[in-house]
Amino acid sequence: MTHAPHSQVAQHAADAAEHAPAEGLFPPFDPTYFASQLFWLAIFFVILYVALDRFILPKIKTTIEDRRDRIADDLDAAANAKADAEAAGEAYEKSLAEARSKAHVIAADTRKALDAEIAKETAEVEAELSAKQEAAEAAIRKAKDKAFAEVRGIATTATAAAVEALAGVDVSEADAGKTVDGLLKAKEA
Amino acid sequence: MADTNPIKQFEVHELVPFEAFGLNLAFTNSSFFMMLTTLVTIVLFTLAMSSRALVPNRSQSVAEIIYGFVADMLRSTAGNDALRFFPFVFTLFIFILVANMLGMFPYFPGPGLHSFTITSHLIVTVALAMLVWLTVIVYGVFKNGAKFLKLFVPSGVPGYILPFVVFIEVISFISRPVSHSVRLFANMLAGHILLKVFAGFIVMLGAGLGVGGYFIGIAPFAMTLGLTALEFLVAFLQAYVFAILTCIYLSDALHPGH
Repeated sequence: MTHAPHSQVAQHAADAAEHAPAEGLFPPFDPTYFASQLFWLAIFFVILYVALDRFILPKIKTTIEDRRDRIADDLDAAANAKADAEAAGEAYEKSLAEARSKAHVIAADTRKALDAEIAKETAEVEAELSAKQEAAEAAIRKAKDKAFAEVRGIATTATAAAVEALAGVDVSEADAGKTVDGLLKAKEA
Repeated sequence: MADTNPIKQFEVHELVPFEAFGLNLAFTNSSFFMMLTTLVTIVLFTLAMSSRALVPNRSQSVAEIIYGFVADMLRSTAGNDALRFFPFVFTLFIFILVANMLGMFPYFPGPGLHSFTITSHLIVTVALAMLVWLTVIVYGVFKNGAKFLKLFVPSGVPGYILPFVVFIEVISFISRPVSHSVRLFANMLAGHILLKVFAGFIVMLGAGLGVGGYFIGIAPFAMTLGLTALEFLVAFLQAYVFAILTCIYLSDALHPGH
């Protein structure tokens, strides 16, 4: 087990005498390749740094930012749409309430107008009817008076004719009238 | 007999020799896994974000979740003005996370056919911790000037113990890169050693006792299985801990008065 690395080291020393790893030294503490390791570490670390800094990290950054912007935009659009919908809903509610109150007013107005018209027409009809009634009553009274007057005339003429026929006495119309009136009074009494 | 040396996994091998400024800067298996970490991260994230869909698929979701995870971590510990450090913290987190996860392969179709955990080498974690520490100092002084020193003078402390508190604060600030780096290094190192030790027991039992040994080997195998699950947790957790400590330290650079 110990022979293998030993002979290898010896062979190595023979191959490259000045650069051979120091014998028996723990490899991580062997200073033979310190300069080489620092040199190549610097080269590859700088290459990696430049590649990441210039190309890879900006790419990841813009990708993440694009996604974040896109999500923010979409959320904004959604919020705007929601606000619009709410505004539309409010406007609808408002116009509905307005229409309802307007309908109330119209109904009340219509009712009032109708009531007034009905009252007016009723009054007109009543007035017309009462006028007709009065006219009819007046006509009846007139006819009655006329009839009474005619009854007196007939009675007077009849009385005069009866007296002439019975007694042969020519009675003046005036006397006959007096008599009739007296009789009518007595009858009425 | 298979090699049961639990330390072998940490060995660094030259793949392509390279020398500059008198230093050995060879491309090693460690460099290979650093390269792989960077490549895997870039390829996976590029594939995940290729569609950039409004409704993400699974891989895009994962990429976005990691992004949000690190961003939230930074925002909650250091505030919104700390987001200028987001690429830095994200790079640290994902680099350590992917490196730790790549280190979890027991075998790997790479050099030496074995995986290599770059964060199990102290020099790497020290480098990352020092990077954070120096960033805090440089940015803290650049942004706050002398007010940055308020970091060492907590408000509401009675005058007679203030020198002592300042001393402690300075010590704790200086020891930050040490604890920051050793925590990650030691966790990765210890976990991987433990895994290989228990896995090695199976091989040793089989080699020493034959079929009966392999039968007894069920016990260390179960242990290895459990430890592997635990190591996946540790691999993620240490990347997270390193990143969140970075956030807390950066918060000091931004708001030294607190």
